[in-house]
Amino acid sequence: MKAPRTTIQRRLVTAMMLTSTTVLVLTGAALVFYDTVSFRQSLARSLATRAEILAANSTAALAFANRDDAVQVLAALKSDPSTVLAALYDGQGRRFATYPADLAAAALPTAPSRHGSWFERSVIVVHQPVVEEGRRLGTLYLESDLRALTGRLRIFTLVVVLAVLGSIGVAFALSSWLQRGIAQPVRTLADAARHVSEGKDYAVRVSVVSDDELGVLTDAFNEMLREIQQRDDALRASEASLRQLNGDLERRVQAHTAELEASNRELEAFSYSVSHDLRAPLRHIDGFADLLRRQTLSSLDEKARRYIETISESAKNMGVLIDDLLSFSRMGRSEMQQTTVGLGALIAQVRTALGAEVADREIVWNVSDLPEVPGDPAMLRIALMNLLSNAVKYTRGRTPALITVGTIDHEDETVLYVRDNGAGFDMAYVHKLFGVFQRLHSNEEFEGTGIGLANVRRVVQRHGGRVWAEGESGKGATFFLALPKHIGTRHQDREAA
Amino acid sequence: MNQLGRVLLAEDNAKDVELTLAALDEHHLANDVVVVRDGAEAWEYLCRHGRYAARSPGSPAVVLLDLKMPKVDGLEVLKRMRADESLRTVPVVILTSSREERDVVESYRLGVNAYVVKPVAFDEFIVAVKNLGLFWAVLNEPPPNSARRAA
Repeated sequence: MKAPRTTIQRRLVTAMMLTSTTVLVLTGAALVFYDTVSFRQSLARSLATRAEILAANSTAALAFANRDDAVQVLAALKSDPSTVLAALYDGQGRRFATYPADLAAAALPTAPSRHGSWFERSVIVVHQPVVEEGRRLGTLYLESDLRALTGRLRIFTLVVVLAVLGSIGVAFALSSWLQRGIAQPVRTLADAARHVSEGKDYAVRVSVVSDDELGVLTDAFNEMLREIQQRDDALRASEASLRQLNGDLERRVQAHTAELEASNRELEAFSYSVSHDLRAPLRHIDGFADLLRRQTLSSLDEKARRYIETISESAKNMGVLIDDLLSFSRMGRSEMQQTTVGLGALIAQVRTALGAEVADREIVWNVSDLPEVPGDPAMLRIALMNLLSNAVKYTRGRTPALITVGTIDHEDETVLYVRDNGAGFDMAYVHKLFGVFQRLHSNEEFEGTGIGLANVRRVVQRHGGRVWAEGESGKGATFFLALPKHIGTRHQDREAA
Repeated sequence: MNQLGRVLLAEDNAKDVELTLAALDEHHLANDVVVVRDGAEAWEYLCRHGRYAARSPGSPAVVLLDLKMPKVDGLEVLKRMRADESLRTVPVVILTSSREERDVVESYRLGVNAYVVKPVAFDEFIVAVKNLGLFWAVLNEPPPNSARRAA
């Protein structure tokens, strides 16, 4: 908060001064005006009185046409310096005597006009009839300048101006003193607000000094600060606990990661020993069973020979099981390579690899033009190998076997499907299809370990895609792989039944 | 096929030794096979130390090495051989149960000549051992200074 450009103190004083000065000036002007008007009236009245006296004194001179007498009467005006001109006219309106006596004729009106007194430019004039016992003898003309008026006006105005100036001074002193009661609390509030906004210190309080609106404002301000302080404290506390929580979480994540890494290492060690140590005894079982068979070929009966063969068979099956399980576990752990995979070429490769299995079969392949998808070629090869060998396996007994491979193009994914007219499956068990060691057929019907489709699902999930299947018992099955066109656009955990 | 290279078989498991010898015998390749039971013994044989100080000179035509052996494992033997002036050229075949990628990678990194995973099925195992024996002990011309004897 920046400091204000003008203070409330100055504004208060200015307002009070403006008001009092205006009032004082208007009052002074009214006084001057009133005085001027009343002084002019009294001036006119006194001139008229003098004219009446002069007129009364002049009746004899006019009645007897005594000019010298008239001049002498008029000469009495000398005592009043403001009366500058006077003239006495006889009954016929002729000039009879003037004051001063040698006054040029041009300075006077030629004849008296209406009676009365009035102001003419810078003078006041009086026409006073001279009457004796109801008979009009003539007219007296008096002309007085306004020297007295201007003199008085000057003094009066000076006094008024001085009084106004003095009053303004007093008003300034008074208002300067009075504004403190208002401006001081406001300034205190403003200072406190500035302190709060600059220092973010919500512990400040302003002491209440008045019980007016400013007091209410101060109270409200203090209350507001208290509330803000409370919230600020709460905020800080929750921030601190959040930080604490974050730290805890991070430590926990680290601990979990370490645990996971440890268990991953354990798992690797485990699968390594499975790979190495579990296979050895199997090899021995099969090896020695075979040696036994060779040694006793001629002496054994059919039943004993079948027993030995079963031993070998079981050992081999378990070998396959171990290999499949290891490849499944590797599929989940190994680094994924990200490149572009041509599905058409991959299918061709897989079909070549299936050569032995399809050699004595009548299979009609219907493979469309297949697009490229982003992914790991080795992993996708395993998935396609599983799907195609399944299709070949489960169409055993169909002549011809029909296997169709195609894609459906969606906006953000490519859906590859493999359809066959084989044994199919009951849709009631579709949810079991992609589980590890889950089989819908007996080993006598169709051999297998139950790892293949689990591997397919794992491969597709690692690509961020989905797998699902449709089928009908005895009519065939269709397997779908939805592979995203941009890896990473889908959540890896999304999956279909 | 007038000369048969000597085969050094390093294998700790007696049953595996018996099966391997049976497989070699099937094709009459078992008449000059030296069996050692761990890596340390293999190294003694190769360097003519200790028990084998008195053996006739000459390196085997091929060494069949198991990976997992007591005392000194197969990879260690391979490493020592490749670091040794006189044994550097002796062909080594890893014959193991492990299909683990890191074993394969590490073996080739150390300069192995072949890596064979023992098949579980005995008939396949016989074929594999026969092929190995035929190739390395008969078909392949070993580096000079290898022990040979008339078949």
